Amino acid sequence: MTDYKNLKLIATSNPHIRGSETTQTIMRDVIIAMCPALIWSIVIFGVEALVLTAISAAGCVFFEWLYRFLMKKPQSIGDLSAVVTGILLAFVCPPTLPWWTILVGDFFAIVVVKQLFGGIGKNFLNPALAGRAALVASYAGSMTTWIDPAAGKAPILGGAVDVVTAATPLTYMKAGDLAGLQSVYDLKAMFIGNIGGCVGEVSSLMLLIGGVYLIGRKVINWHTPVSYIGTVAVLTFLFPKAGSSLEWMLYSLFGGGLMLGAFFMATDYATSPVTKRGQVIFGIGCGVFTVFIRYFGSYSEGVCYSIMVMNLCVALIDKCTKPTRFGVVKSNSKEAAK
Amino acid sequence: MNFGKQFKEGLITNNPVLVQVLGMCSTMAITTSFMNGLGMGISVLIILTASNVVISAIRKIVPDKIRIAMFIVVIAGFVTCVDLALQAFVPAVAESLGVFIPLIVVNCIILGRAESFSYKNGVLASAVDGVCQGIGYTAVLMVMSIVREFLGAGTFGAGLLGAEAKGIRILPSQFPVGMLTLPVGGFLVLGVLIAAMQWALNRPKKKKEESK
Repeated sequence: MTDYKNLKLIATSNPHIRGSETTQTIMRDVIIAMCPALIWSIVIFGVEALVLTAISAAGCVFFEWLYRFLMKKPQSIGDLSAVVTGILLAFVCPPTLPWWTILVGDFFAIVVVKQLFGGIGKNFLNPALAGRAALVASYAGSMTTWIDPAAGKAPILGGAVDVVTAATPLTYMKAGDLAGLQSVYDLKAMFIGNIGGCVGEVSSLMLLIGGVYLIGRKVINWHTPVSYIGTVAVLTFLFPKAGSSLEWMLYSLFGGGLMLGAFFMATDYATSPVTKRGQVIFGIGCGVFTVFIRYFGSYSEGVCYSIMVMNLCVALIDKCTKPTRFGVVKSNSKEAAK
Repeated sequence: MNFGKQFKEGLITNNPVLVQVLGMCSTMAITTSFMNGLGMGISVLIILTASNVVISAIRKIVPDKIRIAMFIVVIAGFVTCVDLALQAFVPAVAESLGVFIPLIVVNCIILGRAESFSYKNGVLASAVDGVCQGIGYTAVLMVMSIVREFLGAGTFGAGLLGAEAKGIRILPSQFPVGMLTLPVGGFLVLGVLIAAMQWALNRPKKKKEESK
């Protein structure tokens, strides 16, 4: 949280308009928007998904509190941003992940990526995605164990008795096996989310509801998600790996973490461009990288890494899309820059 | 010459890795296990001391313009000796360090000490400087490699201790954070160590300022 006590603000004479929006209200809206997807994950994966999410959120809050406490900095857990990071990290992990593994991810996300770089608003990567990347690099086995929801829900609290491991839609699509995928999951199952995958990414419908809520509450702009999903749609429609263009495109959109990434990850304030033009460029970049990684990379999912790569480009995008100041003629501003 | 001061400089206040931030390439690359860190540290210690002595001895007859080339020739000679000795007596270490032993030729700690210290000081002082700086380098390498091996692989002394030289297992094999044995882990551990070092070095200064 910003150190408001030492912040030098110049207040001009009144009247002032005081906005009611704070970091806390924004983060609360994000949490509300994630609820449909969370409820769906409990329905489909069992209570384990909720337990994992709760552990992750609690872990993030604890690490944030601990770091701030040890460094004698003002506490910032009240702004709920750590809760959002924790839920998002659980959303991009498989529901069978051991509980201590996600705490390692929480530590990396909160302490290394967020707090060491100065706390909220100063992280250079999306903390939840960086936590996922750290977990994939460290625990590749348990990060790629998927369960098939059709074959039975995960039993409450451990005991993998009736859990059947299964390939996710993306595994089929990596191999270009659209016919095989269609025989397992039809389009309706893909859209509603009756498929295998990470905790929060399976249901495109629930994520869309959450995304529309966020746009409606003006927490996020439509520019990033629309340009992101649009780019993926266009590229997969033009270059299908198998089957008809339209079917391949729809399966690409609903499989994997695209909806989650586009609405909840790519729109993170600290790691996305400020201007609307920049956000469109950011979304297109994410889309291109996602399709490239899915088509040519060694991983079957590209959303996580594409957003992280574009996060690193945000400073450049912001620099290039700086708007002309009011009252300055364009040619003059160029000369002034020289 | 104050040898106690030199020792403190080499190990703490002017530590080659944590304060001068030299020799990053080998520091990042080989500190994945305790054995590698120890082997690399001792090799550098020997080469640094020997080359410091020789460069200090010939400093008055070396023309200024070609001194860098002379340094490199001297250092390369000692690196070859150490490389051959490692291959002859401890082939396991030589194999796991691989190309990083020949690369000591261009290690900036050794060239840096030659340029900044032994080219200007006497033989005895240069020898002490080589030992102190070498110990500083070895100490950091060992700390880094112990941390990275413990957290990243869950063992201690792989290749050196334990059954079939697989190291003593401390963490059960499902727990270690494998990322720490990757290059990113090297950067993280080094960053944390540098931060801790700066904190420790600045603490007495801060206390003085506060008491004023």
